[in-house]
Amino acid sequence: MKISGPVLKFGDNVDTDVILPGKYLVLVDPKDLAKHAMEGLDPDFPEKAKNGVIVVGGKNFGCGSSREQAPLALKFSGVKCVVAESFARIFFRNAINIGLPVIECNGISKAAEDRDKLEVDFNKGEIFNVSKGREFKVTKLPTFILEILSDGGLIENLRRRMKKK
Amino acid sequence: MVQPGDIVDATVDMVMVHDLTGPLAVEAFKRIGISKVWDNKKIVVMLDHQVPAGAGRSAELHRMLRSFAKEQGIWFYDVGRGGICHQVMPEKGHVLPGTVMVGADSHTCTYGAFGAFATGIGSTEAAAVFATGKIWLKVPETIRINVEGKFKRFITPKDLILSLIGKVRSDGATYKAVEFTGSTIRGMGMAGRMTLCNMTVEMGAKNGIVEPDETTLKFLEGRVKKPFETLRSDIDTAYEQFMEFNVSDLEPTVACPSSVDNVKLASELGNVTVEQAFIGSCTNGRIEDLRLAAQVMKGKKVKDGVRTLVIPASQEVYLQAVEEGLVKIFTDAGTLVCGSACGPCLGGHIGLLAAGETCVSTSNRNFIGRMGSTQASVYLASPVTVAASALTGRITDPREMEVG
Repeated sequence: MKISGPVLKFGDNVDTDVILPGKYLVLVDPKDLAKHAMEGLDPDFPEKAKNGVIVVGGKNFGCGSSREQAPLALKFSGVKCVVAESFARIFFRNAINIGLPVIECNGISKAAEDRDKLEVDFNKGEIFNVSKGREFKVTKLPTFILEILSDGGLIENLRRRMKKK
Repeated sequence: MVQPGDIVDATVDMVMVHDLTGPLAVEAFKRIGISKVWDNKKIVVMLDHQVPAGAGRSAELHRMLRSFAKEQGIWFYDVGRGGICHQVMPEKGHVLPGTVMVGADSHTCTYGAFGAFATGIGSTEAAAVFATGKIWLKVPETIRINVEGKFKRFITPKDLILSLIGKVRSDGATYKAVEFTGSTIRGMGMAGRMTLCNMTVEMGAKNGIVEPDETTLKFLEGRVKKPFETLRSDIDTAYEQFMEFNVSDLEPTVACPSSVDNVKLASELGNVTVEQAFIGSCTNGRIEDLRLAAQVMKGKKVKDGVRTLVIPASQEVYLQAVEEGLVKIFTDAGTLVCGSACGPCLGGHIGLLAAGETCVSTSNRNFIGRMGSTQASVYLASPVTVAASALTGRITDPREMEVG
C-alpha cells in the first residue's frame, strides 16, 4: 500500500474535540461530518483537504474521546493518510478500523511543511518527502493491521475472514 | 503467561456503547451480515450523552438504539432508568473485578477502580465485539503510582489526579496501564478511585487499575449477581515506571485551558472570572462529590451572573441527593439541578458556553470548543473548588471560604 499527496501540517496534541466538535456527533452521514473536520483549528480545512491530502501531526495526535466520527470526518473530507510523531491509542485503532491509514514517524513534524509532497509506503515502512528529498524509515504496521487497511476497514476485514471460515 | 508487547486475541466479558457511539456501532454490526449478537447478556446500551433527546437527530438515534436493544435482547438503560454510563455500569452490577471490559467511550477506563481491565474503543470495534466477543489487544506496560499521605481539608482525589496528569503529561502514559497503589488509595472510597481511573485516559493510558479490596467488595455487594475473581498484581511484577506521590502537601489544583496537563494551583491563578460552574460528569458527579459541593454551598448563594449546573451522575445518585437534602441546598443556593446525564461536559447538548465565556467544571476535558464555542474557556477542578468558585464568581481556592 502506497499513498502520496500534499501535506497539511498540525502541531502536538490535536484532540478529537477540535477534529470534530461534540455538537456534530448527532450527524450520521460521513459526508456531513466531513464538512466540520478540524473545525476547532481551521474552519477552512474541508476546502483545503478536498482534493486529497496527507495530514502531518505532532505528538499525541487524536487524544481525547473515543468518537469514531473524528477519523471518519478526516477520511471523508479528503485525508488520505495521517502521519504523526505519535497517536493517542483509541484514535489510532479507530482510524485503522474505518480504513484511514495512520502511521507513526519520529521526526516528521520537523521535516515536513504544508504543501510538501509526501510518499508513504506502508509495506516497506518508508516515508519520502519528495519536496525536500528526505527519507524516513518507520516501524511497519503488523500484517493483520495492513490487511484491515487494505480491506477498507475492520467490518470488511471481518466479513472476508468469516466467509473464509 | 503474556508479556508486555504481546498481542493477544482477548475474550471480552462486557461491552458498552452509548447514544453517541452506539448508532455507528449498530450500523457497522448490520454491515457484518449476521443477525444475532454473540451474547446478549454481555452487551449494554446506555442513553446518557443527549438525554433527554434534544434538538437535531438525537431522538432518532435513541429510537434506533431502543429498537436494536429490544430486537437483540441486550441490556438497555433508557432515559430516567440509568444516568451516565460509567456510573450506572458499576451501580447495576455490570462491572466485575478480574474481567475484560470494553466500551465505546474513552472514559471506560473508570471501571479499573474495581479491578477490571477496562478500556475505550470506537464504534466499529464495538460492532466487531458484538459479533465475535473478541478483540485484539497489545499487553500494556504498567506505570505504578504509589500514593501515600492524608488529604488535607478540601483536597480531593480530583486534585490528586490533576496534579499527576500535570507531571506525567497528556501523552506520558500512552498505550500503558496505570496502577494506583499505596495507603492513600486503600483508604479511599470507590468514588475517589473511580475519579482517578476515569482520568488516566487524559495521560494517554490504555487503562487505570486499583487492586480490589474490602471497599470494592462492599460496593459490589447486592449489585453483582455473578461469581467473580479478585486478581492481584504479582509480587514480582516488572513495572515500566514507578512513581511516588504524597498527598499531604497537595493543594487545590486546576487544569487550565486548553489541555488537561496545563495544571496550576487554584491559589496562583489570579482573577479568573467565570460565567458558568458545572458540578457533575463521570469524573465527579457521585454522591460523595455532591456532598462536598453542598458543604461549601450550604446557606449561601451563587454569585449573580454565574449560572451553576449540578448534575447527579445517575438516578440512584439523584435520589440519594434528594433524600440527603442536597438538592434543597443546591436549589436554595440558586443552582440548576438537572436530570442525570453527561450535560455540558462534551458540549453537545445542554449548558453550552458562548464566545468569550469561561466555565469552571468538575468534568474531565478542557479542549478548545469542548463545551460549545471555540472561543470559550474551560477550567477543570474539584467539586469543592467549583462550588467555592460559583459563590465568588472567580476561580477560588476553597480554603479561602469560611465553611461551617
